[in-house]
Amino acid sequence: MCRVVDLQQAVLAKNEQSAYTLRAELAARGTAVVNLLSSPGSGKTALLERELVLARERSVPVAALTADLATENDATRLARSGVPVKQILTDGLCHLEADMLGRHLDGWPPGAARLLFVENVGNLVCPASYDLGETLRVVLASVTEGEDKPLKYPTAFGLAHLVVVTKTDIAEAVAFDEATFRANVEQVNPGVEVLLTSARAGVGVGALLDRALAAADGAPVHTPVMARRPHRHTHDHADGTGAMAPSGS
Amino acid sequence: MHEMSIALAVVGQVEEAAERAGDVTAVRSVRLQVGELAGVVPDALSFCFELACAGTVLAGAELVTEAVPGRARCAPCAHEWLVGMPPLLSCPRCGAGTTDLLAGRELQIVSVHWEDGPAHAATREPIPEER
Ligand SMILES: Nc1nc2c(ncn2[C@@H]2O[C@H](COP(=O)(O)OP(=O)(O)OP(=O)(O)O)[C@@H](O)[C@H]2O)c(=O)[nH]1
Ligand SMILES: [Mg+2]
Ligand SMILES: [Zn+2]
Repeated sequence: MCRVVDLQQAVLAKNEQSAYTLRAELAARGTAVVNLLSSPGSGKTALLERELVLARERSVPVAALTADLATENDATRLARSGVPVKQILTDGLCHLEADMLGRHLDGWPPGAARLLFVENVGNLVCPASYDLGETLRVVLASVTEGEDKPLKYPTAFGLAHLVVVTKTDIAEAVAFDEATFRANVEQVNPGVEVLLTSARAGVGVGALLDRALAAADGAPVHTPVMARRPHRHTHDHADGTGAMAPSGS
Repeated sequence: MHEMSIALAVVGQVEEAAERAGDVTAVRSVRLQVGELAGVVPDALSFCFELACAGTVLAGAELVTEAVPGRARCAPCAHEWLVGMPPLLSCPRCGAGTTDLLAGRELQIVSVHWEDGPAHAATREPIPEER
């Protein structure tokens, strides 16, 4: 016979659970994940190259993992820093999921990495929905992308713990309007910090590393409105959607 | 496009529920809440859902999506508003940035409409649902 069955299951519950477990496992190893999200070509790899070199200079043990649809170019660039680097080929999949990341962390990185930077697939839509067990979610946009990027991708910018502007060395040439960009970020994610950087000019590299290390050391991380839940919910079952997205805690 | 991943997750979860029930022969429809801030395009999802259902007990099932508008409440002043798209997440009345999002990020399977096998129907009738 025919019947209607109440399920009330969050579709992403499995990923949330995996992310939660992964975060705990990594914490036990003393490692915090920094998840880097942006459009293709915003400058994730370029900035990350700088961060890895600086971390090395400061003797902070770090590692990096980069996801790419098809090539290993980014990993090759990052490996020049001399820190452990790993490539995940997603084989066309447009985002990383917690399970996928977890599978690459068996006995890796070697030693005790304080920070594990994850360069997500260049894409501002899909990766936003998947918590990777990160401690800090950084969403980047370059000065060439237009000030309204945060309004076009509200879920990505709305769930950021930290927003990074890249390529500020060419801000003037492209007439980047910083005040408008900041106002648009504030609209979708009130109170989130916006950090100005240039990989080319070496601006903001230390500030970003400081933010990541502070978060790894347990300093409070910004809680986006989109991740804030009211204390009493009607009575959704406890598995309600994204109860701990993006980074729970 | 992650709508395919989402569609596969929906199908997987319904398949699991059907297996637990034990005697499901066909799934007619799946009701899904999609918040406007969930980052999912309902049309793309429906398209992927049809593909993801092929060859499973969900083959031919219809995906019924309920759009859920984003709603927020200001913690300091208790004002409630529809956040709109693109969303306005600081309080339009007092400007505070400490807002709670009441709704809008749902990606939730609400219910499933299915057929169970006649062989077991009589004995299993009293159990209304899931587990
Ligand atoms: N002027 C300037 N150009 C930059 C800067 N950072 C990166 N670029 C350039 O921007 C382009 C893309 O940089 P990548 O670092 O590869 O960007 P990405 O975000 O890693 O790209 P995907 O991995 O493909 O998503 C390259 O041509 C870089 O040289 C910067 O700080 N200033
Ligand atoms: Mg890259
Ligand atoms: Zn208010």
